Amino acid sequence: MAVRRLPLEALHEEAGARFAPFAGWQMPLQYRGIVAEHTAVRTAVGVFDVSHMGRASVEGPRAAERIRSTVSYDVTRMEPGEGRYALYVTEQGGIADDLFIYRVEAERWLVVHNAANAERDFERLSAVAVAPGASAVDVTDETVMLAVQGPLALDRLAGILGAAVAGLKPRRCAELRWRSGTVLVARTGYTGEDGAECVTDAGRGAKLWGALLESGAAPCGLGARDTLRLEAALPLHGHDIDVTTHPREARLGWVVTLDDGAPFEGRAALERLSAEPPSRVLSCIRLEARGVLREGLAVLEPGRAGAPPVGRLTSGAHGPTLGSGIGMAYLPPALAEPGTPLAIEIRGRALPARVVARPFYRRPRGA
Amino acid sequence: MELPGGLLYTAEHEWLQIAGDRGTIGITDYAQDQLGDIVYVELPEPGSRLESGAVFGVVESVKTVSDLYAPVSGEVLERNERLEDEPELVNAAPYGEAWMLRLRIEDPAQLESLLSPEAYEELTRQEQNGG
Repeated sequence: MAVRRLPLEALHEEAGARFAPFAGWQMPLQYRGIVAEHTAVRTAVGVFDVSHMGRASVEGPRAAERIRSTVSYDVTRMEPGEGRYALYVTEQGGIADDLFIYRVEAERWLVVHNAANAERDFERLSAVAVAPGASAVDVTDETVMLAVQGPLALDRLAGILGAAVAGLKPRRCAELRWRSGTVLVARTGYTGEDGAECVTDAGRGAKLWGALLESGAAPCGLGARDTLRLEAALPLHGHDIDVTTHPREARLGWVVTLDDGAPFEGRAALERLSAEPPSRVLSCIRLEARGVLREGLAVLEPGRAGAPPVGRLTSGAHGPTLGSGIGMAYLPPALAEPGTPLAIEIRGRALPARVVARPFYRRPRGA
Repeated sequence: MELPGGLLYTAEHEWLQIAGDRGTIGITDYAQDQLGDIVYVELPEPGSRLESGAVFGVVESVKTVSDLYAPVSGEVLERNERLEDEPELVNAAPYGEAWMLRLRIEDPAQLESLLSPEAYEELTRQEQNGG
């Protein structure tokens, strides 16, 4: 299959991007460096081109109930201008993907999928969003999506797109007129910082990218996106969550609505699973020695040499804001309490680590 | 890319500076640039012995782990303790402050298998074109 290229690829080259393949796309991995980009987002503002994510437009008077019939969250309670995180669940209760849903207008929705699952997700969505009453269109190729993240993000965006940006509440979205077209701006993101995600056509997207860089936003790649989301303990599908993990053990029970009684794919399994506490929970682990945590490393109980691992890291990295190795793993509830000492096996050595409260990093409020 | 003339190089991107039977080892500017932000360096203790071509340590950047290979055999006389607290020095000064080990070279004949600056530069050029 041909590698897919971002519409703004030339602008990324101009900004000094180093590219790497990701989910079938040629993506900017970094520009100045992962740590510098990570720090820019934590302390000022950075901009990511996340146009590789799948985008579907769903319209029609029955769009709400049709989307509801295939996702975990009761989207019919969403108001126009609201955004919500949700899951696609398998018949066994596993997580087929996580997604973000925006109710742009009462009868018009934008659904955002992970790039790696976008094709399958769109099939799933378009199988329910059919006439009469609803239709789904894949708008990935005709739009770009820029994530503008950091404490200065809204301010910089307001300077470019207008003051309406500054008035957006968290998880709210609005379609703004800009340069004789529109930009959908949503106060959402995947970094643990304040900020917004913008969806528009490629032409306006190029102008927005340029204006953001001119305003001082640091161009940021997938490398920093990964360290930022891990510090914020946001799961990554295909790593921390997948079809073998259930919402509650991934601590995503809050994304599942069962009390509306509405049927949706996976509901029966989730009802069954809700009857008893999960046997393992996704937990945050901080390395207490020098070193870097990586996906796949074995998590051990300290002082129990030779015993089988109690889990494996589903994600791991060096957390630049924390200055230490951080990772996530599914642990038995008895070992998942913050403060519990653990060990991580790195190159044959058991290094001290500890369960810590989620997330690793929480942005200062009111700052 | 910086490539000092007086050093010898390996295909695994280490450099070796020679003074009599003593050698100093580090990684190249090209290597640090490819690795990106370096956040951890693991080096053997003084007194341990390096085997030419064998792994003697590890460098971890934010995105990847990379083994370090001994350019020649010899006894470790000293390691750069600063890299424990300041691994980012490897990005900033790979040929200077971020030297990694000083060693006593066992067999000068092994130096002949190392690369000249020109040969190393050619190798990095090929690597970049290849990937």
